[in-house]
Amino acid sequence: MSELTEKIKKIFTDEKLDILIGYEKGSLPLRGTPCFIESAEDADKLIFDSTCHNNLAKYLTDQKKTEVDARKIGIVVKGCDARAVVQLVVEKQFERENIVIIGVPCKGVIDPSKLRAKLRDKEISDFRFDGNKIIVSGENFQETFDKNELLSDGCLSCKYPNAPQYDYFIGDPAEPIASKDEYADIDEFEKKPPDERWEYFEKEYGKCIRCYACRNACPMCYCEQCFVDCSMPQWIGKGGNLSDKMIFHIVRAMHLAGRCVDCGACAAACPLNIDVRLLGKRIEREVAERFDFTAGMDFETPPALATFREDDKQEFIM
Amino acid sequence: MATDKNNDFTPNIIGFLCNWCTYTGADLAGTSRLQYPPSILPIRVMCSSRVDPLFLISSILRGADAVLVGGCHPGDCHYQKGNYYTRRRFALLKKVFDTFGLESDRIRLSWISASEGPRFAQVVTEYTGKIKELGPNKYAEEVFL
Repeated sequence: MSELTEKIKKIFTDEKLDILIGYEKGSLPLRGTPCFIESAEDADKLIFDSTCHNNLAKYLTDQKKTEVDARKIGIVVKGCDARAVVQLVVEKQFERENIVIIGVPCKGVIDPSKLRAKLRDKEISDFRFDGNKIIVSGENFQETFDKNELLSDGCLSCKYPNAPQYDYFIGDPAEPIASKDEYADIDEFEKKPPDERWEYFEKEYGKCIRCYACRNACPMCYCEQCFVDCSMPQWIGKGGNLSDKMIFHIVRAMHLAGRCVDCGACAAACPLNIDVRLLGKRIEREVAERFDFTAGMDFETPPALATFREDDKQEFIM
Repeated sequence: MATDKNNDFTPNIIGFLCNWCTYTGADLAGTSRLQYPPSILPIRVMCSSRVDPLFLISSILRGADAVLVGGCHPGDCHYQKGNYYTRRRFALLKKVFDTFGLESDRIRLSWISASEGPRFAQVVTEYTGKIKELGPNKYAEEVFL
């Protein structure tokens, strides 16, 4: 994609960027990898396609912890990444002036675990996109998949494939995929009786080994000390108790209430394929319906739980 | 903790009471010698918005039968707006409990002012009755191994 590299080179010099965060070709097929560009010439290696699934907004908060950062940072963003950046600016995690947001149209990203499930033991060495198809090949085999089959769950119902706020936008805005209703899964799930719902979460969260990969991958989890790492007081134990796992997941979901941009980084990072999105999505829906708020759409609106209205509904208070 | 649902089950209710209104209200109930069930364990917090959702979730999953959060009436908060934040957070937490299939009646938010001693006694009596109906917290038994 030469348009991308050319324009980024120009932006790099015009804006006098110190560093630019983007994607390059990964060492494994179908895995775009984050990369950091420190000079305009380096921009040649940048790519953007459906293999770039990482949320780069994460690196903005990671940097903050190690140094006082006055560098000017450019960042290549998909729709969800851009919302995460906006949300971080709203939460005053860094100065808006120091960030140059470069939007790119996103046509959905591939979930490597879905591909792995389809291929089982076969190892792919090459791939190419052909319209809405992906052709993967390896030793003695070649298979064609429909792209929609391999997209991340979040992408299938994504409403914001383009950055809602940006300084530059490269390419033509993408159409939302929205091949299924955003909350269809939740509606389906809530039809089940309470006991079954509890069993489902017990089973899902019971798998958790508390590696905290979901937390580490999440762009919105930037606390300098996470409650799970506290030892005074020790909120949750270090063992394998189900209650500890449950507390971790519910509290994490509560911390992300009204802030989660549904980028799917947590689900992609989970080594045990726990369904971490369902609860987040349920809260997102409640925030949208009750407080009329969607995270990361503009720089002015405060997050839903950091503000209030005097006439908020209080039918649940007795 | 008695486990027989019908007879002498006394629920363990943890109460997070705001220093300025509900805790003082509870004090008034005491000094007025009002009778209410000995099921509540009051914990004084400076504001109802001090109550992290973590406190409620871990209380329920670790064996409490119910949690009562008490704060000032809207507009009366000592810190101007703390209870408004609590209200938003609680709305979501209730929904999370429902989604999980946990009984969301096991957590309750009530506005009780410093002058409402009788109301405090009434809320505790009423809530204790409600939790008695629900029975002991079965989720704690399942989860806490």
